[in-house]
Amino acid sequence: MSDALIRLEQVGVTFAGEAVLDSIDLSVAPGQIVTLIGPNGAGKTTLVRAVLGLLKPHRGKVWRKPRLRIGYMPQKIQVDATLPLSVLRFLRLVPGVDRAAALSALQEVGAEHVIDNPIQTVSGGEMQRVLLARALLREPQLLVLDEPVQGVDVVGQTELYNLITRLRDRHGCGVLMVSHDLHLVMSTTDQVVCLNRHVCCSGHPEQVSGDPAFVELFGQNAKSLAIYHHHHDHSHDLHGSVVAPGTHVHGEHCKHG
Amino acid sequence: MADFLLYALLAGLSLALVAGPLGSFVVWRRMAYFGDTLSHAALLGVALGFALDVSPALAVTVGCLLLAILLVTLQQRQPLASDTLLGILAPSTLSLGLVVLSFMHDVRIDLMAYLFGDLLAISTTDLAWILGGSALVLLLLAALWRPLLAVTVHEELAMVEGLPVAGLRLALMLLIAVVIAVAMKIVGVLLITSLLIIPAAAAQRHARSPEQMALGASLLGVTAVCGGLAMSWFKDTPAGPSIVVCAAVLFLLSLALPKR
Repeated sequence: MSDALIRLEQVGVTFAGEAVLDSIDLSVAPGQIVTLIGPNGAGKTTLVRAVLGLLKPHRGKVWRKPRLRIGYMPQKIQVDATLPLSVLRFLRLVPGVDRAAALSALQEVGAEHVIDNPIQTVSGGEMQRVLLARALLREPQLLVLDEPVQGVDVVGQTELYNLITRLRDRHGCGVLMVSHDLHLVMSTTDQVVCLNRHVCCSGHPEQVSGDPAFVELFGQNAKSLAIYHHHHDHSHDLHGSVVAPGTHVHGEHCKHG
Repeated sequence: MADFLLYALLAGLSLALVAGPLGSFVVWRRMAYFGDTLSHAALLGVALGFALDVSPALAVTVGCLLLAILLVTLQQRQPLASDTLLGILAPSTLSLGLVVLSFMHDVRIDLMAYLFGDLLAISTTDLAWILGGSALVLLLLAALWRPLLAVTVHEELAMVEGLPVAGLRLALMLLIAVVIAVAMKIVGVLLITSLLIIPAAAAQRHARSPEQMALGASLLGVTAVCGGLAMSWFKDTPAGPSIVVCAAVLFLLSLALPKR
């Protein structure tokens, strides 16, 4: 993929002698939504930090498109209670942003009503939208979202994922996000990367959800999902799980057939 | 007005002006104990300044910077918490300063003046240092205001957005070191942090933006300096502690005022 925004090749990260990430290949193209899923401790946040340049991988290389503008939405943000900061002022920490620009970004994410509120009083769901607005104000080519729906109720989660898809459509930016919600992510993402320190499997959501590695990683949940996405042109593997033939990419260290 | 009172007033006011915005950062970033440690180390700087025969203001600034670097290095190298490290470094550097001073028999200095300030004995050279240092810090703070604020709100977000986070953090430490060097003559090493923190804490409850808090803290600091000097002039109280007492009274008043 020569038009990639970012490309990781054989990236490895080691903490205290233990491999947290091993031989990771990953790329994100403009307009593509790539979702990282995996259990706790799978290295999702570490991988995001490597993509963002907050952490230098010990092996492999991270290539970014020259002058790539990244909009980053952290997992959560805790502003010290003594800092009197309105949402508007928070957004204006991005250089060159005036009230009109901040307001239109907030309108885009549906949070314009909190513009003059102190940032410490904004609720969890609204805060995620405010953070998304700040990422958008950078006019990003690549949006990086670390668990964007954390602390949001189920209805709000669906809304947020739909919003992310709409933003991708409108701005044409690539999206890399972390999630551990299987069902909601499936309908909104172009590519799923299943991570457990190495890339277990990756591909289109419907193909990945039938992959034995995926089933192994997520257990019963994944099986119901696989049935949900049942196709007639499938084949079965030894476990009886659905695999669309030849369509998913195995990671180097996949232990299954 | 007597010259010495004019000098004291000018020195105190310029310090109060710069302590407002800088002290706000100390409060927001929870660096109070860090400032305290730097100011304790300032006495070691004074002692080394005498021993090496360089200007005390310069020696204090350099000493504070070295301590800041030592602290950052220690934080990265071993698991003790920051407040433990600061609790080790602050009394150690203060004590080392006193020990070094005791070796220098030919130097007779008034220790009380360094510990609690000697505002009414400020010379024109001192005043020039104080005015110059304050103006420099104020200019740099104004230039770095937004990036420093962005780093204070969220370091990783600031880093992704392309700000030199480590450099900004170091710059803030440097500015605090300069102000401590400058303020030592005014309120002494034991009272410097109070001048940074108390006005900012008093302004905090009634400010709606970071700038309001910084400006409010400056104004409260100016009031405390005027009040403290008046007390010292009319009641013959020590100037530095009188200023701190005034600041504390203003803080209590701010608690009593209803939050808007």
